[in-house]
Amino acid sequence: MKRHLPLIFLVLAVIGVQLLTRATGAAFYLTPLTMAAYYSLVVVGLCLLMGYAGQISLGHAGFFAIGGYLSAMLTTKNLMPLKENSLIAACDRLGLLTHGQDMFGEPFLHMQPWPACGCAILATVVVAYAIGIPVLKLKGHYLAMATLGFGIIVYRLALASPLFGEADGISEVPGFPILPGLAVSGDFSARVSNYYLAWGLVAFAMWLLVNLIHSRVGRALRAIHGAEGAANAMGVDTARYKLNTFVLSAVLAAIAGIFLTHYNGGIGPSEAGITKSVRYVAIVAIGGMANLWGALTMGALLNIMSLRGMFGSYDDAVFGAILIVIMLFAPQGLLGIYLPAALKRLLRRGA
Amino acid sequence: MLLEIKNLFRRFGGLQAVSDVNFSVRQGMIKAVIGPNGAGKTTLFNLISGALPPSSGEIQFKGRPIQGLPPFRIARQGMARTYQNIKLYPGMSALENVMVGRHCRSRAGFLSGMLALPWTRREERAIREKCLELLNLLDIADLAEVEATSLAFGQQRAVEFARALAMEPELLLLDEPAAGLNIYETAEVARLIGKINAQGITVLLVEHDMSLVMDISQEIVVLSFGEKIAEGTPAEIQRNKEVIRIYLGEDDAEG
Amino acid sequence: MTLELFSQYLLAGVTYGIIYAIVGIGFNIIYNTTGIINFAQGEFVMLGGMTAISLTQWLPLPLAIAVAVAVVMLIGALVEILFIRWLDHPSVLRMIIITIGLSILIREAALHLWGEGVRSLPYFVGNEITTVQILGARVSPQVLWVIGVCAVMVLALSLFFRYTLQGKKMQACAANRMAATLCGISARNMVTLSFMLSAGIGALAGCVMSPITYTQYDIGTGLAIKGFTVAILGGLGNSMAAVAAGLLLGLIESFSVSLVPLAFQDAISISLLLGILFFRPHGLFGSKDAAALKDF
Repeated sequence: MKRHLPLIFLVLAVIGVQLLTRATGAAFYLTPLTMAAYYSLVVVGLCLLMGYAGQISLGHAGFFAIGGYLSAMLTTKNLMPLKENSLIAACDRLGLLTHGQDMFGEPFLHMQPWPACGCAILATVVVAYAIGIPVLKLKGHYLAMATLGFGIIVYRLALASPLFGEADGISEVPGFPILPGLAVSGDFSARVSNYYLAWGLVAFAMWLLVNLIHSRVGRALRAIHGAEGAANAMGVDTARYKLNTFVLSAVLAAIAGIFLTHYNGGIGPSEAGITKSVRYVAIVAIGGMANLWGALTMGALLNIMSLRGMFGSYDDAVFGAILIVIMLFAPQGLLGIYLPAALKRLLRRGA
Repeated sequence: MLLEIKNLFRRFGGLQAVSDVNFSVRQGMIKAVIGPNGAGKTTLFNLISGALPPSSGEIQFKGRPIQGLPPFRIARQGMARTYQNIKLYPGMSALENVMVGRHCRSRAGFLSGMLALPWTRREERAIREKCLELLNLLDIADLAEVEATSLAFGQQRAVEFARALAMEPELLLLDEPAAGLNIYETAEVARLIGKINAQGITVLLVEHDMSLVMDISQEIVVLSFGEKIAEGTPAEIQRNKEVIRIYLGEDDAEG
Repeated sequence: MTLELFSQYLLAGVTYGIIYAIVGIGFNIIYNTTGIINFAQGEFVMLGGMTAISLTQWLPLPLAIAVAVAVVMLIGALVEILFIRWLDHPSVLRMIIITIGLSILIREAALHLWGEGVRSLPYFVGNEITTVQILGARVSPQVLWVIGVCAVMVLALSLFFRYTLQGKKMQACAANRMAATLCGISARNMVTLSFMLSAGIGALAGCVMSPITYTQYDIGTGLAIKGFTVAILGGLGNSMAAVAAGLLLGLIESFSVSLVPLAFQDAISISLLLGILFFRPHGLFGSKDAAALKDF
């Protein structure tokens, strides 16, 4: 099982870093580390799509937003006015809703986090299939633009719709209880458990994805990426595989969005924006298009640096520069270049 | 009849690439399609394998119409093909390329793949063994782990062959299997085709190398400018005046 | 709807439409010679406006615009030489990502140079409250400038491609690069020229529209998307069709204001883009077979 060796390193590193922060009194680092974990989840899903299935997506932040916004909206919106609606009443009878009272003593009704999460994921699956079927028939620039367009529509909807809080987004999102005593929330006291929860989720996702790329499906995906027509001729249903990979990567992004929203206690329209989508693509590119562990490493590293403000006001510019530099000099990603060969190539071209 | 082509037409704008072609391929035979360059042979293959839809006409495989079906469906019914300019998957080893050929004979899907269920691992091992056997058959087992597109041309040819065989097809379409090969390699190809035919696989091949064609085919179809101009045994074709004319020119046909 | 309202929408639609058409033509010029979609196209428009605005501090308006256009053309050439020229048969994916990265960098540079603020060039004739009456509507004379200048650019371009030697060289390059090179045409120079041309027309459009639409560091992306929509709508590579498509998009957007809230206006052009991509990617005027042949 040597394919899972990096997984062991990951687990050790995660534990090690947490102990380090405890030892150096830098526990505040756990917050950006936890957030970076969730962003990395989006990145590895995108890596599967771009690197293995070979389909670019410039709108993946849209799926992150669909997950986060829906979960936020369902858990914070007062469903009281809809109490008579049969669907809402059914949810109530199933125990999916919380009753409470707001500040003014008025009765309050909103959805519990678990069913909200379920609804958000379901919605993501539906949207991903609906968008995926037409979009994945496109290639090259057309595919890029279509995914970009999708991302922009989600962003515009989030920005313009009062249901989603317009420019302010949704806040006061409650914590997400996973197990008794364990909840995804911004609670200070739960910092460590949230950190392990986030990275545990990432580790689990990596285990699943590494298994997938080493399986028959992974091989088929790489064949599709390499020579789609020839893959089809060998019996691979290329359209279905591309679609399923698209949906899988969308679901991963949505899950990341849901959990991060509950962790942060809120979400804003910037999470759906083009800059975020482009950022994810930049990270996949620098990690090495078809390198899951590279994408994870770069995702964690770059997100932590960005979250800690290390890039200052040049945050977006950094990712733009990464895109250019990597694509010009190292299209196989940072961790894929062999330095002497790259230098030789560079010098030869100059001559 | 394993494969029947009926009144097949394919137009590209103003060009009639394939025009009213009719022929059949019996189970167990080796049939060749020959003709000068531009005769429409590769287009014909693309039509049969589903890479191109016909403008009109019918293609029947095992008694069922397959024209217009996507290539993967036709492949799953038991038809495999190789390509004139070799389409191996870059970034994958020779063995992995062949293992893709085994795709329609295996079942592990997304969910079972992600969870690495025990039966999928058994299936993977079986796939791997079978494909190594095929590489062995073609004498390239030592190249199993080499990246496919970095291999020599003849070796890439062999990998494509193995990949097609991995599908356990009933009908094998070979698009110029001897192109770019020398006399010895061509003889090797002939031997190989004979061997797999003996195992029951029907072969339809497009080829320019006349010695190979005359040597191994039981029947030959001759195309010219998209039309079928002759069909018959190698001996009949060699005597056919029309065929001689399109290959060698007017004067020689008279003689 | 009154005649006045109708005319307002019509003129607004034509104004924005022809701007989109110019951006779309910019896409087409570069696409025709290189097969690349230049995602940074919108930034040329932004740069034109911003540079001209800065230059008006020292130069009279016409000169400021001329210099700004020249500067942006130079930037276009630089972009091509530094980032595109020496790539060896890059894949489509790689090119897409590079031009996206470029657009981000240019945008961020603009942010750091000029800040977040909204700026504009002064009106060419009169000021903010001057109006002229056209078809029953009262509009700023700047509208006539936009339509006029852009129309002249379109005409000049079509004359350039049809009748001048340089233009014909570029067309040769677009049709068949190898053959063009064999005829002694320097394909590389044609590529640089196409970038300069696209940058130039974008910059001029950016200057002329600035008084009405204002210029800000981030207007590039939105324009690029609309320009791309227009280029696709007309059939990628077909510049005359881009004009028609641009006007169509402009008019649809303009008249849609009467139907949907302004905030959703962008969603309309995006939906149009998606619709075209899904149902007719070769555009309204393109041919399916021809589009299939182009190896983009």
